[in-house]
Amino acid sequence: MPEDRPQEPESSRPGPSRPETGRDRLLGSLRRPSRGQAIAGVLVGLLGFAAVTQVRVAGQDDDYDGLREAELVQALNGLQAASRRAERDISSLEETRDRLNSSSERRSAALEQARTEIATLGVLAGTTAATGPGIRVTVEDPRRTLDLDNLLDGIEELRNAGVEAIEINDQVRVVAQTSFEDDDNGIRVDGVVLGAPYVIDAIGSPDTLAGALSFSKGFIEDVEDDGGSVRVEKVDEVDVSVTRSPTAPRYAEPVPGQ
Amino acid sequence: MIAILGLVVGVLLGLWLTPDVPLAFEPYLPIAVVAALDAVFGAFRAFLDGIFDDKVFVISFVSNVLIAAVIVFLGDQLGVGAQLSTGVVVVLGIRIFSNVAAIRRHLFHA
Repeated sequence: MPEDRPQEPESSRPGPSRPETGRDRLLGSLRRPSRGQAIAGVLVGLLGFAAVTQVRVAGQDDDYDGLREAELVQALNGLQAASRRAERDISSLEETRDRLNSSSERRSAALEQARTEIATLGVLAGTTAATGPGIRVTVEDPRRTLDLDNLLDGIEELRNAGVEAIEINDQVRVVAQTSFEDDDNGIRVDGVVLGAPYVIDAIGSPDTLAGALSFSKGFIEDVEDDGGSVRVEKVDEVDVSVTRSPTAPRYAEPVPGQ
Repeated sequence: MIAILGLVVGVLLGLWLTPDVPLAFEPYLPIAVVAALDAVFGAFRAFLDGIFDDKVFVISFVSNVLIAAVIVFLGDQLGVGAQLSTGVVVVLGIRIFSNVAAIRRHLFHA
């Protein structure tokens, strides 16, 4: 409160030769204690005490100590809203996680299936090397009296017996599209000229394959009638290592959705 | 001189005793401190003006503190305690600034 009651000048002040300024009064009071100063000192001390206490209390205040009821209610509401938001976030994130999990499981299953299919089809189409039990058929033609039909017969018999991969002379892989032609020097398979002896590696059940070639009036008898000779070995592990690159069909198109 | 000594003694007492503020008074203490600060600056200005009176100072100090506390208490009862204490602090702050401006003119003639 601004003091508006004028105060009489102190009597001990030296003569009023010039008007006393605030600075003079301040310096004078520093030299001469008075009753007013003592009272002011007590009150100012009280102020200092309270100020320090308040500063300490405010410093140690945790967030909610000393808040009013309305403020506490407001803070509580804010926290509840935040926690509801967080719960919503959690559930939506969990949903996303489950979705991603299941989709990644489905994807990996599909991938696994596709890999198996690639391996299967690769063996069939001749794009991958194959190994397994089977037979090795060696056809000798010392007098060059065999023709393509003999060999084709043999391959057909092997196919009927469920052969899974065939190669001839470690040079040509025989698949569904393989072409066979006669040639002056022997036969031409897929454009590759092969000469006797012909070595046919076939993967499949060795007994079935061997039986398919050796029945009466079958491949072996035909070849021997025509002046050649056939030797069939059952092998535990036949390596069909020749591969061919897949040819995209020019005319046939896959029907989608099948 | 004695006033400065009193201030120092009060601060030291506060630091040394580290009193606990009763929970009921907690909202009022900061407002009371600001009100007392206003009274002290007003008294200092009056002192520099040559119109300082210790009785007036005591009364203004006590009444400032009491009125500030009553206003805040009333505000709490009315449900606008936070707003009212903000208002009180603003008003007292303006008064403190004007008092300090007068004191500055006295001490530095600027």
